[in-house]
Amino acid sequence: MTNGWNDIKNADVVLVMGGNAAEAHTCGFKWVTEAKANNGAKLIVVDPRFTRTAAVSDLYMPLRPGSDIAFLGGVINYLLSNDKIFHDYVKAYTNAAYVVRADFGFQDGLFTGYDAEKRDYDRSSWEYEFDSEGNVRVDPSLRHPRCVFNLLKAHYARYTPEMVERTCGTPQHLFQQACELIASTASSSRSLTALYALGWTQHSKGSQNIRNIAIIQLLLGNVGVPGGGINALRGHSNVQGITDFGLFSNSVPGYMAMPKTSEPTLEDYLKTRAFKEMLPDQMSYWQNYGKFYVSFLKAMYGRNATPENQFGYDWMPKVDVNLDTLRQFEMMFQGKMNGFICQGFNPLLSVPNRKKLINGLSKLKFLVVMDPLHTETAHFFENHGDINDADPSEIATEVFLLPTNCFAEEEGTFTNSSRVIQWHWKAAEPPGQARTDIQIMADLFLRLKDLYAKEGGAFPDPIMNLSWDYRNPARPSPDELLREINGKALVDLTDPNDPTKPPVKKAGELLDLFGQLRDDGSTASANWIYSGCYSERGNLTMRRDPSDPSGMGIHPNWGYAWPANRRILYNRASADPQGRPWSNRKKVIEWNGSQWVGIDVPDFGATIDPTTRATGPFIMNPEGTARLFTRGMMREGPFPEHYEPFESPVANPFGPVQSNPVARVFNGDMEVFGTSEDYPYVATTYRLVEHFHYWTKHARMNAILQPELFVEISEQLAREKGIAAGDWVEVSSNRARIQAKAVVTKRIRPLICDGKPVHVVGIPIHWGFIGATKKGFGANQLTPYVGDANTETPEYKAFLVNIKRINPMV
Amino acid sequence: MTITRREFFRLSGSAVAGTTASLLGFGTLEAVAAEVRPYKLARTTETRNTCPYCSVSCGVIIHTTGDGAKNTKAEIVHVEGDPDHPVNRGSLCPKGAALLDFIHSETRVKEPMYRAPGEAGFKPVSWDFVMDRITRLMKEDRDANFQAVTEDGKTLNAWATTGFLAGCATTNETGWLTYKAVRSLGMVALDNQARI
Ligand code: SF4
Repeated sequence: MTNGWNDIKNADVVLVMGGNAAEAHTCGFKWVTEAKANNGAKLIVVDPRFTRTAAVSDLYMPLRPGSDIAFLGGVINYLLSNDKIFHDYVKAYTNAAYVVRADFGFQDGLFTGYDAEKRDYDRSSWEYEFDSEGNVRVDPSLRHPRCVFNLLKAHYARYTPEMVERTCGTPQHLFQQACELIASTASSSRSLTALYALGWTQHSKGSQNIRNIAIIQLLLGNVGVPGGGINALRGHSNVQGITDFGLFSNSVPGYMAMPKTSEPTLEDYLKTRAFKEMLPDQMSYWQNYGKFYVSFLKAMYGRNATPENQFGYDWMPKVDVNLDTLRQFEMMFQGKMNGFICQGFNPLLSVPNRKKLINGLSKLKFLVVMDPLHTETAHFFENHGDINDADPSEIATEVFLLPTNCFAEEEGTFTNSSRVIQWHWKAAEPPGQARTDIQIMADLFLRLKDLYAKEGGAFPDPIMNLSWDYRNPARPSPDELLREINGKALVDLTDPNDPTKPPVKKAGELLDLFGQLRDDGSTASANWIYSGCYSERGNLTMRRDPSDPSGMGIHPNWGYAWPANRRILYNRASADPQGRPWSNRKKVIEWNGSQWVGIDVPDFGATIDPTTRATGPFIMNPEGTARLFTRGMMREGPFPEHYEPFESPVANPFGPVQSNPVARVFNGDMEVFGTSEDYPYVATTYRLVEHFHYWTKHARMNAILQPELFVEISEQLAREKGIAAGDWVEVSSNRARIQAKAVVTKRIRPLICDGKPVHVVGIPIHWGFIGATKKGFGANQLTPYVGDANTETPEYKAFLVNIKRINPMV
Repeated sequence: MTITRREFFRLSGSAVAGTTASLLGFGTLEAVAAEVRPYKLARTTETRNTCPYCSVSCGVIIHTTGDGAKNTKAEIVHVEGDPDHPVNRGSLCPKGAALLDFIHSETRVKEPMYRAPGEAGFKPVSWDFVMDRITRLMKEDRDANFQAVTEDGKTLNAWATTGFLAGCATTNETGWLTYKAVRSLGMVALDNQARI
C-alpha cells in the first residue's frame, strides 16, 4: 500500500476491483465503511461475483474474469477524451511531457521490437529522447506528437465504452457511471483510493492491471495524497515483510537485485544500478545504491567483508535466470532438482496443476517441511483417491517434517500491508518438541558449517565467512536480529563535511536512519529500508501509542512504518510545485520557507527549497516524475494492452494477438491449455470470509462454519445443465477433474461478451486432505501452469472448465 | 436447547452472517448455549500479539493461565481483538476470532517426523536424527552440483539443485536469518509465497 489502512477513511471514492476486501481483509474494510459513513465516500465494486464488498457498494458492476485491462483502459480513454484529469499534477509530476523515441510504435497488438521466436521484446525503442547533455527532451505544451501524453491518448482511443462492453460484458450505462464517479476525483480536493488483491495479480498480465490503475491515479492526481494511492491488500500477515527481505531468487533485501554473471566486480554491479538524474534539479535516490548494498554485504559477512575482497561480492551467488516457484517445480518435474525445503508454505495446494507437482515431488531425493501443521505438501506421497492420487510404494523421496512454533509462541515483527512493522510478544511455549524457525535455520547452518570445516567441500568460503555474531549462536534472538536489520556504525562516523566535529555516531551505535549508511564498509545494515526501526532510542516497532494528532489516520507512534516512519508514500506530491498544499482538505506536508513540515514524515529532501529547485516528488525515479509510460520496465510494453487469458472463451476483440505475447510457457504446458469448444465456461478462484488459504481448515470453528468444498454457479447455468442446489457436480479442465457440491446463486450472472453468453464458475480454494474440514479437491488441480510475465504469479483468476451433474459421491 | 446457527453466532458475539453452509441446506447446528462466564479471564496473563492470517495484521490479546512462576506452564485459553490497536480497534473477522482453534489444532506437528523411501507414512524421530540427515543430504547435493563458474568461465558460485520456499507468516527476523543462511550456501532456487 502506498497509503495505509486507516487512511482509507479520507477517501471520497473507493474503487475495489481485483479484490473482495469485506471478506478477505475484513477488519481493514471497516475503514471503507468509515469513509462512507463520515466522509461521504462512494464505493464502486467491479467483480465477476456480487461479493459482500459489492453488497455494501454504491455502484456495482460485473466484468468477465481476465478483462480488467479492457475496463481500466476504457477508464483512461474516458478521462482523456473528456478532459477529466488534474492538469497541473499531470504536467508537473508525471512524464506526460517527455518525448519518446521516433522508432517506438504499436501495431497489430504488438509494440516495436517483438521477437516471436524468443517470445520476448528488444525494448530499446521504448525510451525517451535525450539531448546531447543526457537530459530527457520535454515539451511542456504537450503538443509534440510523440510526447507520452499524446501516445497514451492514441493508445487508449481504441478502448471505447462499446469495446469495454464487448470485451468485459459490463453494461455501458454502468461503466459510464463508474467513469463519472472516478473522474469526480480529478481535482485538488477530492481523492480516490484503489484497493486490490489477487484478483488483479493472478493473471498472465497481472502486473499490467496494476500499471493501469497507476496511470489512472496519476491522471487524477491521486498519488501521494490522503485517501488516495494504489493499495495492494497483501495476503499473509508478513508477506510484505518477506517481500521487503527479498526472499526471491533474484533479490537482495530492500528491493535491490542479485548480481548477474555479466557483472564480475562490485564496481560493474553498482555502475548499472546507481541511476543518474535524467533532468537538471533531480536527486535520484537510487544514487545511494552503493551505500545500501555495501552495508548489506557488511551485515552478511561482517569483518570478513573488506575493501580488498570487494566486501565479499564474489561470495554472493550470481543469478541470470530467475528460479521462481513455477520454474522450481518445472525443474523438479524434469528431474533437475534433488532437494527441496518448504518453510511454512504448502505448495501442493497453492501451485497450479497438482498432477505435475506430485510428479515433481516424487522425483526429489529429499523434501524438508518446516511447519506448525501437518501440510498436504509434507504428506504428498499419500494416496487419497482422486484428491491426491499418489502411490507411496513408488515414491522414493525422503521426507522430513519439522515442527515449528505458531505466532503465539514466539516474539518478533510482522510488517502489515500499510508497511507498519509491529512487534508481537510470546504468550506460551510451542507444543511438544516444536522449535522456532530461527532455531532450526541456525542449527542447519551451524551443522553445515561444521561439516565444511571438518571435511571441506565445494566453495566453503561464503559459509565460513558468514557473520554469525550472536550471543548464543544456536539461538539468535529476534532482538539481536532486528538490530542487525536496522544497522549500526562499525567505526566512529564523522561528518564528511567537517571531520573535526564530534562523530555523528560512535562505533557500535545503532543508526538513526538509512541516510547514515556509507559505502566504505564503515556501516552495516541488513535491510536499508528498515533502518530507523531500532535506533538508540529503542525498538520502535514495539511502540503502542494509538494517538493520531492530526485526526488523519497517521498514528505516527504506533510501530514503525518503513521507510523513515512515513505513512503516506510520495507525500511531496500532495503539495504543488511551489510547496503549497494542493488543497486544505488533502494537506500532508508543505514548505514553510526553510524546510518541509507537516503531519507525516516528508517524502523528500527535508531542506530542498521548491521555489529555487524544481526537484520532482518521485525521487526514486531518475526523472523525478512518475511514469505514465514505463520505458523498458515491463516485459509486455510501456502501456498496458488487453490480451485474453491463456484459456478464454472469446477471440481478443482488441487485435490479432490473443494472449500475453511474452508470458513464459514451459514445454508441455501449452499443449494442455483447453479450448472453449471442450471447456466452454470461465472459472475463477476465490476465498471465503471464514477461511484463510489452507490454514484455517485445521481450526475447528472455521471447519464448522465452512466444512465442505462447493462450486458456485448462476441460476441460468444451473438450469441449462440441470443442476440443483446441493447436487454433486464434476468440474473439469484440460488438466484434471474435481468433484464438489453445487451452490446456485444470484451472485454470479451470465455476461454477454462479444455477442455470446459467458458463464462463470466460482471455485473457492480452501480444501485439502488434512485438517478439521471434510476432505476436498483443490482448485489448483484444474488451473493452468502459466504465470504473469513480470512476476510469475499463476493465472488463477481466469481459465476454462466444463461442468456436469454427477451421482452423489459416496 | 436448540438454536439456529445464526443465533448461535449472535450469542457468541461473532460477526458471521449466514454462510453457504446454510445455502447448502445443512440446516441448524446443535449448540450448547453460551453461558455467561464472567470470571473466565479474571486471572489470566495478557500478551499482545498479531493475527497471523491476513495483512490487516489485527492486534490480538492472548490470554494464558499460569502466572509465569517456575515449573508452571502457560496455557493459551483465549484470544480476542486488541481494542487499542488503531486498525482493528478490538474487532476480529471469523478467521481471527477462531485463532484459539488454530493454536490448539489436532493437526499440529509436535515432534520431528521422518518418512523413508517407499514408506506409506511418517514415524517420529529425534531432532538430532533429522538435522544430521538433512544437512548430510544438503552437503552431498551441494558438493556434487555447486557451480563455481559458467560454461564460458564467468564467476557464478551458485547452487540450484536444492530449492527453498520461504513462508510469509514467519517474522522479519526469521526472514533475515533465513536469507543469510541460504545465500551463504549459494542457493538460487529461492522463492516465497508472495507470488502465489
Ligand atoms: S482478524 Fe481477520 S482481518 Fe484481522 S488480520 Fe486476522 S484474518 Fe485479517
